[in-house]
Amino acid sequence: MLAVIGTVPIEDFPLVSGEATMEDDRIIIQGSPVSINRGTPALLAAAIKTCQTLGYPLPFGYLVGDTGLGNGSSRLYEYLSNNLQQLGFNTIAFHYLQPDVDWHNRVLFAVEDMKDRPILIADAGFMYVAKMSGEASRYNLFTPDVGELAFLADEEAPHPFYTRGFILHEETRAPELISRAYRHNNAPQYLLVKGEKDYVADSQGIHETVDAPVEKAMEAIGGTGDTLTGIVAALIEGGIGTREAAVIAARANRLSGHYAKPTPATQVIDIVKHIPRALGDIL
Amino acid sequence: MSLFGFLKKETFRPAPAGQGLDRGILVFENTSEVIRAENLLKAWGWDIKVMGPPPEIRTGCDLVIEFPLIQELKIMSILVKDDIRPLKVVPVSSPLLKPVSIFQIKDFGRHLMVRAANMKLTIDKETLIIVNVSGGGCPDIPYLAQEMIGKSLRDAPSPREIGHTLCGYALQLAYEEIKSRC
Repeated sequence: MLAVIGTVPIEDFPLVSGEATMEDDRIIIQGSPVSINRGTPALLAAAIKTCQTLGYPLPFGYLVGDTGLGNGSSRLYEYLSNNLQQLGFNTIAFHYLQPDVDWHNRVLFAVEDMKDRPILIADAGFMYVAKMSGEASRYNLFTPDVGELAFLADEEAPHPFYTRGFILHEETRAPELISRAYRHNNAPQYLLVKGEKDYVADSQGIHETVDAPVEKAMEAIGGTGDTLTGIVAALIEGGIGTREAAVIAARANRLSGHYAKPTPATQVIDIVKHIPRALGDIL
Repeated sequence: MSLFGFLKKETFRPAPAGQGLDRGILVFENTSEVIRAENLLKAWGWDIKVMGPPPEIRTGCDLVIEFPLIQELKIMSILVKDDIRPLKVVPVSSPLLKPVSIFQIKDFGRHLMVRAANMKLTIDKETLIIVNVSGGGCPDIPYLAQEMIGKSLRDAPSPREIGHTLCGYALQLAYEEIKSRC
């Protein structure tokens, strides 16, 4: 089963866990609804759509409220570090959590104690803290954009906010940044870099470049990276190899965006709706 | 002149931060406290800088305030009067990490997007309505997006007011840059 772990932007939203379903524009876990606007709910929505389209079991979600103070994240970190050992997930996608190195390491220890080690995917805050902790290579897949890739490539930066200026966050530099991230051991087994062109890479270099269809407005739309992570996580859970799943997900996410005919003002839910059609075209 | 203005101009003589080795950093419990302290000290005219902490005190999503160490008592007095209490004050002698200062601009015609570090803010140039917030990984970003999208640049809360993390701070930089252009 696929587990998706993250936060929602409601401070008093309780820690919930359970099978995630989707009703209209909302995710429901343990009877608690949450809007799909961006962030972890958008990831979950894309994963649900992918699972439904391909006949996979629905993802299991762990959500807690956090508006940036870190209280909800701490509760979720603690819960995971105490409980993951007993759980049997094949794939775990870690997402929006307040970066905290100590808590991250405790969660990673708990993962190492699981009976069968799951495939580990990290994006957003959890990807930041995985790199910050020096443990990026323990993960199977990160899904950074170019700004985040520059952060992974900067061996000194503890957060994208501190990426040094000479490491330019430019699309054209992506191959060089990927190489630098691996050289300093700050990348996982595979990278799926999202941008004008999407790259699937590992320590040997770039294996695939996905650059069609092009919808330039996608970069401005919050949550389009989250949907990419949700699609790839579901595909991996379905048994597709990480590298192939990353390529399919990149194509499907771009095609979903294309079908939505987006402008920079489009909201991500309008793209999520087209994921089944896009996957149907590709698979 | 208000009492506040009088004190700012006459009682205190802020020294510039970042000159020489006599610098200190104020360490706070979270980024929200840093932002509160920064707003207060800047309002009083202090030339302080928000920076990244040195590795030995780094925990995660951190910011610190760099200030001239010799002014510690005056600065602490201002903070404590406003009930802002740093966890500790640490002298520094090595360079601190600097926040990102490069912006990337994309003009989509009707819409304009500014990227600062990992954060992107997009507005409708005709109405000045914020239409999207993209990027980031800290949990206040979905919250900031929820509070800002659909409002005009003039009416929307600034990330500095309601954000708590480094991603929120990066969004603030994008917000300031886009305001300076519109």
